[in-house]
This record gives sequence, C-alpha cells and structure tokens, in this order.
Amino acid sequence: MKASTFTLAVVAALASQSLSAAELEIKLTNLTQGLHFTPILIAAHNSDEAFFTVAMPASTALQTMAEGGNLEPLIAQANASGSDIVANPAEGLLAPSTSTMTTLMTSDSNEYLSVTAMLLPTNDGFVGLDSWKIPTEVGIYSVYLNAYDAGTEANNELVVEGSGAPGTPGIPAAPGGNAGTGGSGLSSTDNNTMVHIHPGNLGDDDLTAGTSDLNNTVHRWLNPVAKLTITVK
Amino acid sequence: MLAFNRRLMIIALAGTLAACSDSNDSDDQVTPTPEPISYTFTVQVSNLTAGQPFSPIALIAHNEGALWQIGEPASTALELMAEGGDNSVLLQFADAIASVSGDAPVAPGAQTTLTITTDSIEQLKLSLSTMMVNTNDGFTGLNAMDVSSLAVDQTLTHFTLAYDAGTESNSEASGTIPGPADSAEGFNEARDDVNVIAMHPGVVSQYDGLAASILSSEHKFDNPLAKIVITRTQ
Repeated sequence: MKASTFTLAVVAALASQSLSAAELEIKLTNLTQGLHFTPILIAAHNSDEAFFTVAMPASTALQTMAEGGNLEPLIAQANASGSDIVANPAEGLLAPSTSTMTTLMTSDSNEYLSVTAMLLPTNDGFVGLDSWKIPTEVGIYSVYLNAYDAGTEANNELVVEGSGAPGTPGIPAAPGGNAGTGGSGLSSTDNNTMVHIHPGNLGDDDLTAGTSDLNNTVHRWLNPVAKLTITVK
Repeated sequence: MLAFNRRLMIIALAGTLAACSDSNDSDDQVTPTPEPISYTFTVQVSNLTAGQPFSPIALIAHNEGALWQIGEPASTALELMAEGGDNSVLLQFADAIASVSGDAPVAPGAQTTLTITTDSIEQLKLSLSTMMVNTNDGFTGLNAMDVSSLAVDQTLTHFTLAYDAGTESNSEASGTIPGPADSAEGFNEARDDVNVIAMHPGVVSQYDGLAASILSSEHKFDNPLAKIVITRTQ
C-alpha cells in the first residue's frame, strides 16, 4: 500500500510538471549589420493568443508596434489575456550585432512563446516569433527569427520625423545614421495587406535625392534577422 | 518444466477438441472483408511574399523520386511550371500515386487548401510546387516530405524557400514574365541559363540597376516564401 501511494505521488508530480511554471532564460541577438530593434516584447501565452499570424491582417496593436515601435497596446493586450511578459529587456534600442538577456517565469497554460520588435529603419517591418511551443524538457534551444512586413503601410522608404503613428506614412527614425533626405518616395503598391515576409529595403546611393532615403549598402538584410536562445531551467 | 508444458498442451488440445465438437460454423472460419482503407491529407498554402502571386499549386503523392534536385537540370515538366505556371505535365509525374492541382493562382497574403487521398501510407511522400509568376523561372515548394508517420489530426508545418529552375535567364525583361507585372510569355523551350536548379538569387528590379527590368521593388522577396501546413485528416 505504501509503495503504491508513493508511485501515485510521483506520477502526479510528473504530470503536473508539464503544466506548471517554467523558468526561461532568454537571449535575443540582433543578427543584422545595419538595423536597430525598437524595444522588444517577449510573451509566454496560451494557444488562443498571438502577436501576429502570417497571411492574416495585423491587429491595430501590432500595427502600432510595427510602424512606430510603440509597445503599449500589445502590452495591454498581453496583460488582459494573462500572458507572462518581459517588455523592453534591452532598455531601449538593440543595436546591430548586439544581444540582450532576460528571464521569464511562465505560469500554467502559457505554453507558447512570442517575440516582437520593430526594425529601424523600415516603414512597418518587424522581427517576429509567433507561438513557439516552449519545450517541457530542460535544455538550451535556438530559434532563428525572420523579418516581417505588417502589410499596413506602403514601403516608401522616406524618413519622416514623427511618422511613427498608424496612418502617418514614413519611417520614424534611422538610429544608425547613414540615411539620406530628399527622396521622392519609392512607389510601392503594398498589394499584400496581410502580415508577410518583408521583401527587404531597397535604398539607393543618393543621400540627398533619389527615390529612397535609405542607403542601399547599409540598410538591407536577408533572413534570418535575429537569433533567440532559450534556456529551459 | 517439460511436464508442466505437456500438461498445458493437453489442456489446450482438449479445449480445441471441445471447441470443434460443438461447431462446424465457428466464427473463426469467417474471413472479414477488409474495409477499403484510404489516407487523406489537407495541405494549406499561405503566400507570404509581398508581390509574387503563386501559380496554381501542384500537389503530388508518391513513394519515391523527386520533382527536382539542386544541381541537376530541371525536367521539362518542371520547366513548364517554373517558366509559365503550367503544372499539367508535372501532375503526370511518373512516380505519382495521386496528384491534384489548385484551381486558381494564390495572391500575396492569400491562402488555399488542397486535399489529396491515397490508399497506402507506407513510404508516403508529398511534393508540392508553384511558380512565383512575376519572375522568369522562379519557383517554390516542398520536395518529397515524408508523411508516412503522421497520425490522424497531426500536422506538419514547413516554410518554403525560393528556387531558380535555371532554364531561363533572369532578364526580368518585358516580354519574358507571365505574371501580372508583364502578362507576357511563359514557357519557352530554349534553355538560355545555367541549366541546373539552384537557390533563387532574388529579383533585381528596375529600381536597383537593372534598367531593362519590368519589375519594381514590390516584386522583391526574401525567404521563406510560403507557409505549408500538412494535416492528416483520415
């Protein structure tokens, strides 16, 4: 009798382990050569939640983040749904080829991990991870992240101060410098209005005119744009 | 031990005799007619490009072979699909045990779901291909993904990469691209390119130094091109 009671206790402990809180150590590396990440949002959430879904329209909260780096609506949404979040672990911008580290305690049923931050300088580009299943097994896991286009703003590639709010076209800032002015605006019919893979910046080699304010030798990238290293403790 | 076994055997024999004695119409004489078994998969394709519609998806179930191989010349069937979006010959793939085509192109940001059914699952593979129609001979797809161990309701998710058929030079010139950017020639049997399949280097466009290009910045793409979700439904 004693033995079987003990067995039951062990089984119960193992079963609850897969559902209970996890401690994650998270490292995010900006793999690009010339793009900055705006403040990063990391969330552990349940299967009903997502920051974004490819081939679906961006939420206004995602649009607000992707066009201007403002995390507030996404944070409010995550808090309302009981997600566990870390906001702004890099305390500002994450520069090209640098990393930030943080820890996240996840609670019951928040079994998925999502990450997002705007890419500067872009019109509505963001780095994203959508609903990665958090492993229950202790270990170190790596995931590579792609650059997405929110599909909410045409990629005119013009740097316009104060253009970060939804509905105001333009790139709010080019923190790394090397951007120009006086571009005429890239004619881009944004015919994919869903969240999709970003086609990349074009840029040009004219800092005072041309079509784009971006620099075609500095502001381009190829996927992946970030590496996420997750240590499940 | 031997004696014990022998005694068991006797008991077993007695049981058999007993079973025989009361029936010539016993149940185990009846061979049940096997129900026809079929395996069904749905394949959802999402176009993640900014401005590259996909030609109607070709979906093929097979046990061996491959639709294409990096470093090898494209088959004429693949060339026909990659240059002009015409999958009719590719669907007749010699090793196919089932094949199906999407009924329309898939626009950027759109999704489509195809269903394919086979009568065996051992060694079963699914292949899929589609042209990025605003290119000379660019295509994407999945090559021989093993689905033989997929249980009912289980899914497999893949993100696909861009390939170049190597059968038509990437001139991007007016008159050479079948998609809406040009609405011009698709397939041409002449092979004026490297004649091996490789990863696609991307499109250049008229804004990026290729003066004769009919393409513009929204036709550029980066990997991955498509999200594919395979679900076994039966």
